[in-house]
This record gives sequence, C-alpha cells and structure tokens, in this order.
Amino acid sequence: MSLSATTTPPSPAAPPPRPPTRRRSRAHTLTRLDLKYSPYLYIAPFFVIFGIFGLYPMLRTAWMSLHNWNLIGDRSFIGLDNYTALVSDEYFWNATMNTFGIFLLATIPQLLIALFLANLLNRTFLRARTLFRMAIFMPNVVSVAAVAIVFGMLFQRDFGVINWLLGFVGVGPVDWDAERWSSWTAIASMVNWRWTGYNTLILLAGMQAIPRDLYEAAALDGASQWKQFWRITLPMLTPTFVFVVILSTIGGLQLFTEPLVFANGNIIGGDQREFQTLAMYMYELGIENLNTAGYGAAVAWAMFLMIAFVSLVNFLLVRRTVK
Amino acid sequence: MNSASRRLWRTSPLTYVALVLATLFSIYPFYYMIVIATRSLDSINDVPPPATPGGSFGDNVGRVLDNDAANFLTGLLNSVIVSAVVTVSVVVTGSLAGFAFAKLRFRGRNVLLLAIIVTMMIPTQLGLIPLWGMVQDLNWYDTLYAVTVPFLVSAFGVFMMRQYATQAISDELIEAGRVDGASTFRIYWNIVLPALRPAAAVLGLLTFMETWNSFLWPYAVLTPENPTLQVSLAFLSYAYYTDYSQVFAATAIGTVPLVIVFVLFGRQIIGGIMEGAVKS
Repeated sequence: MSLSATTTPPSPAAPPPRPPTRRRSRAHTLTRLDLKYSPYLYIAPFFVIFGIFGLYPMLRTAWMSLHNWNLIGDRSFIGLDNYTALVSDEYFWNATMNTFGIFLLATIPQLLIALFLANLLNRTFLRARTLFRMAIFMPNVVSVAAVAIVFGMLFQRDFGVINWLLGFVGVGPVDWDAERWSSWTAIASMVNWRWTGYNTLILLAGMQAIPRDLYEAAALDGASQWKQFWRITLPMLTPTFVFVVILSTIGGLQLFTEPLVFANGNIIGGDQREFQTLAMYMYELGIENLNTAGYGAAVAWAMFLMIAFVSLVNFLLVRRTVK
Repeated sequence: MNSASRRLWRTSPLTYVALVLATLFSIYPFYYMIVIATRSLDSINDVPPPATPGGSFGDNVGRVLDNDAANFLTGLLNSVIVSAVVTVSVVVTGSLAGFAFAKLRFRGRNVLLLAIIVTMMIPTQLGLIPLWGMVQDLNWYDTLYAVTVPFLVSAFGVFMMRQYATQAISDELIEAGRVDGASTFRIYWNIVLPALRPAAAVLGLLTFMETWNSFLWPYAVLTPENPTLQVSLAFLSYAYYTDYSQVFAATAIGTVPLVIVFVLFGRQIIGGIMEGAVKS
C-alpha cells in the first residue's frame, strides 16, 4: 500500500487584498471556516456509520466473549472461561479442521491455475483478449448462493453430471455430502470456480506492470520463456501475489454460504458435522442458539486471530521463497 | 533479434487451447443452469443428464411465482431497493471522503486514511453477533433497514475514490476554483464530481453486484416472509430440493440481470479491478 503517492495538499489560496468592509470580512471568515472544517464534514458520514455498525460491534465482540451472554436475556462476566472451553471443544477443532481443509483444497489449485492463466493472457499478440478475460472472470458475477445451488445439482448423487462423468472411468456413484473428503472437494470446487478468474485478473495486472525491457534483455541473452517466467515474472510479481494470497485467506477462512446451502441449510454442515466451517459454528452458537452468544463471540475472535496469523505467515513465506 | 523476439512473444496454438478450455469451464455452469431451468421436472433425472435447453421455462417460473413459501417477487423487489440505495450511498459518501483525503488539507488526514486501509483488512464476520443484537434493540429485525443502513458506507469505496481523485484531479484546478471564490462544496460539486465519474461508475457497479449477491447478513436478519433475492433462493432450494427445475428457474432469474450488466459493462469492471490491484 503506497501512501507516499499522496500529492502535496493544495496550499490554501492566498486571499486577494480586499477593502475591509464588514460584509467582506464576514465572507472571509466563512471561507476560513470552510477551509478548516469542511474536510471533516466530508469524511464524517463514513466514520459515523462505520463507527456505529462496523467498529463498535467488533469491539463489543471482544467484550461479549468474556461473558456468559444471552443475546435476548441475561449475561454474567466469566473472564476467559469461554476461551479455555474452546481449547477442549471438539466441535471447535472439527470446524477448524474443516475450514482449513477446504481452504487448502480451494486456494492452492486456484492460485496455480490463476498464475498459469494470467501468464497465458499476458502474451503480447493474443487475439480476443478481452473476450477471454471476460469469460474467465464471469463466474465471479454469480452470487455464492446461486453457485452453491447449481453445483449442488452437479454433485447430486443419482443423476448429477459429475457422477455421470465419473461413471465412465469406473468410479461408482459418490455420495458427495456424506463424507468428509468428498464434501470438502465439492465445496472447494465451488470456491475454485467462482474465484479463479478474479485472481487471474489481479495477477495479470501485476504482470503487466513489469517493465517490458527486462524480458527483452533476458531474451537477447538467450533465456528461455520458462526461465524468464521463473527469474523475472515470479520475483517481480511478489507484491501482487502476497495481496492475492492474503485476500484468499481472509475470504477462505470465513467460508459460510457454500457449505450451508450445500447442506440444505443445516447449520451443523452434514449429519456428523463433516463440513461445518468455523463461520457456521459461530453462527450456530451466536445466532441460531442465542443463549451462547458469548461463546460464539469467542469463536469469532479465535477466527480473527487465525486469519491474522495465517495472513502473516503467508506474507513472510511468499516473500522469502520468491526472493 | 528475430529469434529473441520469437522467444519473447510466442503465442502457440496451445495457448488458445488452454484458454478455450478455461472459457468452457467458466461458461458451462451458466449453460447448465439454463438447461435445467428450461426443462420439465421429469427430464431432470434422465441418464445421460440433459444437455440442451427445453421449453418449460414459463411453467417453471409459474411454479416459482405461485409458491407462497418462497416470496420470490418480494425478494426480487427488496433486492432491487436495497442494492440501489446502498450503491448510491456508497458512491456519494465515497466520493466526498475520497475527495477530502486526496485534495483537502486537514489535521489527522494520514492517520485517518491509514485507519480506513486497516479496516479493509478486517474480516467482516468479527462483529456479526453483536450487530445482530443491535438490530434487535433497534427493532430492525426482518426489515430492510437491517440490511441497508450498516452498508451505506464502504472503506473500499473511500479508498478507491481517493486513489482516483489523487491522480485524476490537478491541484491547479482546485486552486483556480478557490481563487474564483468557490466554496469547498462548490468545488466538489462542479469540479471534482464530474472528474470522478469513471471511477464512480465502476465503484457503483461493483457495489451493486456485491449487495445484490450478499448472503450471510440478510440470511441472519431477514425471514422467509420478507427476504432478499438470495435468501429467497436459499429457502426455495432447502424446501424444494426435489423440484430442481423450479429452483433453477428462480436462480436463473436472479443471475441473468447481473450477467447482462456484466456483458454491457464488463470491460469497465475488469479495468477497475485490475487498476485497483496494481495501485494498492
């Protein structure tokens, strides 16, 4: 994030000398007030609404998590008890495992494919480039609920297209929502489908910002395309790649809609919680059962800390390996 | 030079094969949605699965509209209202604040801008449970206020407008306005807003799509009696998961408007997304 791109603020226009009549000096005062205070008026709508409906609930989550809190009833302070309970809560660890399992299945193929496609779209003499870009991005336009409905049908056990295709290679009909690995695969494929194109475009933007003459020099030195990709494209792409990885982490660890709709609205995600994610568990505790809202708030903070931690690790890892 | 440039720019037929494959992958679920949405219910469990559209779209839509439990039309109308209000508000508040951060001088400017950037990185679900409680306290449960008011401003919107205003509006232009005696608001209205129009259009499109598609929050605070479109779709698919052609007809109606918007303005949307990526 470059804040240094800030232009120097305009120096306040020097007021032209004026005869000191009363009306003039009042106008002058108004102008000075306008210059000094109106900026705050312009940024106020954002900060007021964000403060009330964004910042305050986030802080309140922390406060809530220290209580035994019923959203429509009593509350009592219990210190860190909710957090110690989390440590030995098998549903919490189950949801954590599901979230990370789906996250890895969704993110790794997605980023590799996006990198590959972006590299193809970056060719100089590519025909129909706008068409390809639009087609690849189009899944991102569809709502997550719609994606989950359509993919739920594609993965249907008895007459879904996926099982029909698998039949040709001798794989028997898979009951996709009955097992952990299969439900993870189905859900991850929804995420992959919706987000690969988006990430492709972001990576493509990063690639196009790499100076052309680097490639020209390397080509003159006889470096192959593969070598150019490895030695120039990837290192120069690091900032964009970090950005994409962190965005995917923030989105991926909050996964909610795909597994919920895939489970036909069952908030525990499969009969045996095979694909209940952390966000679903938080929702179950805080909003489906209002009386465990304090515990749900603890899950929310645990989720936030995991997202922050994974983002940081990714950031350091990607930085190091690519450099 | 010749061999070097060939090394540099080769676009082999394989490139096109891969891109066409990726395109087919992207398009197929849309096509499949249309196929099921236009088929009669009894052809859904055919083996092999149906591959071409049928003629029952009207029938299927009729079942959606007759379905009292889904409140599909209410959902459609609610989504139009909420998305429109949120879009206008995000663009107006974003351009006001973006202008102030880019072109006005005031104490605390850099700190506040940094705060906005930080909020963009915070997962929205962190405040979900208390916000739900606030909606109860305000008596907003199951009303459109609950899904509109908290989203009237967007940190991303402010940041995007600020980035655009920084490079698109010259300081001389603003100073010229000042010398002519224009108030800050006149400058915003007559100089800044017209210059921000391209970025405002992209922000508006992105905001509209995001609001139209949002799910978790409307699902938490609305009931099936007064849903948004996405919530209505979800309840429809839970309750009628055996009547796929009805569910898919509703899904298609909810998706097609966005596809049309995308076909018309996709170039600008993609441009906006790619530009934003490089700058941040």
